[in-house]
Amino acid sequence: MQPAELSAVELVQAVRQGDLTAERCTEAFLSRIESVDGRIHAFLKVDREGALRAAAAIDQKRRAGKPLGPLAGLPVAVKDALCTFDMPTTCASKMLANFRPPYDAEVVARLRAADAVIVGKTNMDEFAMGGSNENSAFGPVHNPWDLSRTPGGSSGGSAACVAADMTPVAIGSDTGGSIRQPAGLCGITGLKPTYGRVSRRGLVAFASSLDQIGPMARSAADCALVLETIAGHDAGDATSLKEPVPAYSTDLERPLAGVRIGRVPAHFGAGLDPEVAHGVEEAFAAFRAAGATIHDIDMPHAGAGVATYYVVAPCEASSNLARYDGAHYGHRAEPGRGHRAEPGRGHRAEIGGGHRAEPGRGHRAEIGGGHRAEIGGGHGSTGFSKDNGGFESALEEMYCRSRAEGFGPEVKRRIMLGTYALSAGYYDAYYAKALRVRRLIRQDYLDAFQKVDLIGGPVSATPAFKLGEKTGDPLAMYLVDLYTVCTNLAGVGGISFPCGFTKSGLPIGFQLQAPALAEPLLLRATDRYQHLTDWHRRRPALAAAPG
Amino acid sequence: MTANAPPLPSSFTTVIGLEVHVQLQTETKLFCGCSTQFGAPPNTQVCPTCLGLPGSLPVMNRRAFDLAVRAALALDCHIAPFTKWDRKNYFYPDLPKGYQISQFDLPFSADGQLEVVDPKGGWSRKVGIIRVHLEEDAGKSMHDEGAGTGDTRIDLNRAGTPLCEIVTQPDLRSPQEARAWLNELKLLLVYLGVSDCNMQEGSLRVDANVNLHIPCDGGPEAGGRIAKTPIVEIKNMNSFRSVERALVYEVARQFAEWQTTKAEMGKTPKQTRGWDDPAGVTRAQRHKEESSDYRYFPEPDLVPVTVSQAFLAETRGAMTDPPTVLRQALEAKWKISAYDADVLVNQGRDLVAYFEALAEAVGEGKVASNWMQQDVLRTLNERGGTIGEFPVRPPVLAEIIGRVAKGDFDTSRGREIFAEVLSSGRSVADVVASLGIAAVDDDELVALCRELLAENPKIVADVQAGKEQAAAGLIGQAKKKNPNVNPGKVRALCVDLIRKMG
Repeated sequence: MQPAELSAVELVQAVRQGDLTAERCTEAFLSRIESVDGRIHAFLKVDREGALRAAAAIDQKRRAGKPLGPLAGLPVAVKDALCTFDMPTTCASKMLANFRPPYDAEVVARLRAADAVIVGKTNMDEFAMGGSNENSAFGPVHNPWDLSRTPGGSSGGSAACVAADMTPVAIGSDTGGSIRQPAGLCGITGLKPTYGRVSRRGLVAFASSLDQIGPMARSAADCALVLETIAGHDAGDATSLKEPVPAYSTDLERPLAGVRIGRVPAHFGAGLDPEVAHGVEEAFAAFRAAGATIHDIDMPHAGAGVATYYVVAPCEASSNLARYDGAHYGHRAEPGRGHRAEPGRGHRAEIGGGHRAEPGRGHRAEIGGGHRAEIGGGHGSTGFSKDNGGFESALEEMYCRSRAEGFGPEVKRRIMLGTYALSAGYYDAYYAKALRVRRLIRQDYLDAFQKVDLIGGPVSATPAFKLGEKTGDPLAMYLVDLYTVCTNLAGVGGISFPCGFTKSGLPIGFQLQAPALAEPLLLRATDRYQHLTDWHRRRPALAAAPG
Repeated sequence: MTANAPPLPSSFTTVIGLEVHVQLQTETKLFCGCSTQFGAPPNTQVCPTCLGLPGSLPVMNRRAFDLAVRAALALDCHIAPFTKWDRKNYFYPDLPKGYQISQFDLPFSADGQLEVVDPKGGWSRKVGIIRVHLEEDAGKSMHDEGAGTGDTRIDLNRAGTPLCEIVTQPDLRSPQEARAWLNELKLLLVYLGVSDCNMQEGSLRVDANVNLHIPCDGGPEAGGRIAKTPIVEIKNMNSFRSVERALVYEVARQFAEWQTTKAEMGKTPKQTRGWDDPAGVTRAQRHKEESSDYRYFPEPDLVPVTVSQAFLAETRGAMTDPPTVLRQALEAKWKISAYDADVLVNQGRDLVAYFEALAEAVGEGKVASNWMQQDVLRTLNERGGTIGEFPVRPPVLAEIIGRVAKGDFDTSRGREIFAEVLSSGRSVADVVASLGIAAVDDDELVALCRELLAENPKIVADVQAGKEQAAAGLIGQAKKKNPNVNPGKVRALCVDLIRKMG
C-alpha cells in the first residue's frame, strides 16, 4: 500500500485498522518531501524527528488498545503563520526568523489532540501578504505543475505541498483568498470557512477581521475530515462562533437536486482568461447535470471589493504588525550605521523553552525575572547614538532600523498604506468609507442568498503566472484577489477546487461561496462534483528523485 | 503653599479639570488570566496575550466590566447600551503590542457628576463627569540611570491591568477643592469595592488640567473681557497632597507668566508639565505627545458589548449606599452632627458598621459617636491596624458606656476601664473589680457627704450664698476618700444637703 495514493480519509482508516502504521505513513511522506521539496520549496521547516516521534506514540497507543483520535497518523503540514511550540514560527519574515512561540495555535493543539502528525511548517508570503509566494523572505515556492510558475499565495507552500503529495492535507489561512487562490492554481481543494468558525488564536494576525484558518487537501471529503477537528468554539478567541460543529463528513453524498447555484455574469468580463472561462462554464454544466439549477445573479458592489479590501486589510495590518519593534522579541537592528543585523541574535522571546502558555485560561508564561529590554530610551546604551541619521532618540532609531531591516517591501507597503489611511484627516475618507462599502458588500451576499444557495465562479482570472511576472507591478498583483476578497469582507465561507486544465497543463480553479455556516453545503456540492469528475485526482508529473 | 511659589494674585478664577485612572479590583487582567497582584518579581505575571506575542488574542474580563459599570453608576453616568473597544496606536517599549486597547468614540459611560460637600458647611462643589471608559494599562519602564549603563528595564506585570479612566468637566475652582473632590472620589470607589485606590501602588493616578480666567479691563460687567491662560496638564503627582501643592504652584506660576507674556489659550499648544515634588515646582515636558496621532480604530479582536436594562438594575440593586447617602442616613438615624457623620463615613465602611453596632447596643447615637471620635478613633490611630481587628468589640464598649450612663462610674473612670480592657483583653467586670471600683451604696454616700460638709464650712457658706459652683471643690476630696464615688452624685447630694441645712 502506497500511502501517497490514499486519501486522508483512507489513510486514517488504514491506521485505525492497523493496515498501516503511523510511523510508516509518516516516513513515506517525509521521504517524498526529501525527494521533491528541493525543487518546490514548500517547507520552511521539516521536523522529521518530531513527526516520527509523534507517529510512534500513536502506534504505541493503538497497540495498547487505547482509542485513537479522528486524525490518527495523518501527516499534516501547517502554514508558518500558525504558532507551534516545538518549531519556529517565522511568517516567512526575517523579522521572526528565529522566533519560537511558547505555545501552540488552537488549531495546531486540536490537530495534535486528534492524533494528527505535524510534519513541518510551510512557506508563504511574508505575514500572509501576497498572492504569489514571492514575498517570502526565504525564497518563493514553485508550482509543482510548472516549476517556473507561482503556486499562488499566500498559502502557496501549503498548496504546493498537497499538490506534490508531500502531505495529504495542509493548513492554510485566508485573509483575501490566500487558501482558495493557491488551491486553484495548484489544482487542489481549499476551504475558507465562515469567519469565526475556526479559532484564530495562535494564528499570527495579518488582518484580524478577515483572517480565517482552513484545510487544504486533494478533495472535499478530506477537507471535511480535517474541518471536523479544527472547527468549533474557542473561549480564547472572542470572535469565535459558539454554534455546534456539524459532522461534515456524513452528509456529503446527498444529491444536489434542488440546490440553486448563482452565476455572476460580471465575473466573465474582460481580463478573464478564455481557458479559465471555459473551464468554469464546464463546471456549471456539470453542476447542472448533478441536479443543481444555475441562476444569473448580480453582486452590485463586488467591483469595489479589491479597493475596500486594500484599505481595511492594511489598516488592521499596520496595527497588528506594530508589535514587531525589536524591543521584546524578533529582529533587532545592531547599533551602528549601515551595520547588517546578524540573524539569530536576540530573536527569541525569552520564555522558558517548550513552556506552553494559554492566554485566557489562567496559565502563565514566566519570563526569567529581570527580563531586560535594553532599549535605552534616549540613553544611548544600545550603542545607538542620538546624532545618528536624524533620529529623535536611540529608541526611535532602534525601532526604525529594526523594522526597516526586518520587514520586506510588500509588508512595508501595506503598513504604510494602513498607517496613512488611519491617520487624522484621512480616516473618514478611507477607513470609515471602506467600512461602509464593506457593509454594502455584506448586504449583496445576504440579498443573493435569498435567491440562491451557493455562488459559483472563477477563483482567479488566470492560471498560475510566471514567477517574477508581476513582482514589479503591485496593482496587477492586487487584482489577483479580484474574485476572492469579497468572501472575506462578507465573512462567509468559500471553497475552491480544480475544474479543468489549460492546454499547457495548468490547473483551473472553480470557487463556490455559501452563506455563513453553510460549510456542509459547500463541502457536499464540491464532493458531488468530485464524484462526477476526476480533475482533483490528477497529479503533476513531478518525478520523484531516485532513491 | 511652597516656598518656591510666587505670591498669589487676587481676582481671577482658577479652572481645574481632572483625569483620574483607577485600577479596578479584579483578580486577573482585563484581557487575559494573569494575576494583577502588586509586588511580584518583574515579568512573572505575564502570558502570550499581555506580552503581545504573535498570534495571541484578548478576551474581555467580565468582572472588570461589571466593576467599571458599578463605578459609572455611582458617578451618576449614563451607561451606553452598546459599547466597543478601540486600539490606540503608539510605539513605546512598555506597550508590547504597539497599541493599547481602550475606548474612543463610544465609551461605556458618560455624562455624570459627583458632588463634594465641606462637612463644616463652608462650601460644596458639583463636578461634572465627561466620560468614564475602560482600558488596559501599559507595563512599567524603569530607567536604570544609577548603574551608569543607562539601560531601561521593562516590567510587564502591570501590562493589561484593567483601568477606569474618569474625565471631569473643568468644574473645580481651587486646588483645595480638587483635593477634597479626589478624597470623595476615592472614598466612593473604595466603598463600592471598585478599587483600592492605593496611589503608592499606582492603583490611582491623577493628571490635572488647569488654567486661569482673568478679568481684563474690569471684566464683562464693566464692558471688559475674560482672558484665559493656556491650559497646562500636570503629571507625576503621587498623592492628593501633591495634587493640591502642584495646583497651588501652577496657579501662581500661570498668573505670573500671564502678567509678563499675556499669552492666552489657543495661541500656544497645550503644555504638559511634570510635578517635581521635592523641589515643589512644575517643569515643562516635551511637547511630542501632543502632536502624536493615535490612529484609533475599532479593535477587531474583540466583540462589542451590549448592556441590558436588566443588568443595570441588577448592578444597581447589588450596590451599597455611596458615602453621601450614608452620611445623611447616619445623621438622620442617630441624630449626630454632619461633621461627626463625615468623620465616621470617611473612615470607611467597616468603621461605620462598628459605629452602628455600638449605637444600636447603647441605644443612642450621640454618646456612641462621641466615644467613637474621642476614644476609638484616637486609640486606633495610635495602635494602627483596622477597625476589624480592634480588640474592643461594640458590645463590650456598649457595656462600659451603659454603666457610665447608669452612674456606676463616671466618664473618666469609663475611659480608664476602656484602656484597661483594650490592653489586657479582660472583661469589663474583671477590670472594674480589679480597679476596686464598686458601686457605693446610698447610705455610705450620704455619710461621706455629711463628713465633707463638716470639714468645709467655707464651701457650705458659699453655696448657701448662691454660689452653687463652689460645690465642685468637694468632688476632689470625695474621690480621695472613696475613689469609687460618682462625682455627679456627690455634687448633687452635697448641694441638696446644704439646702436642707439652710
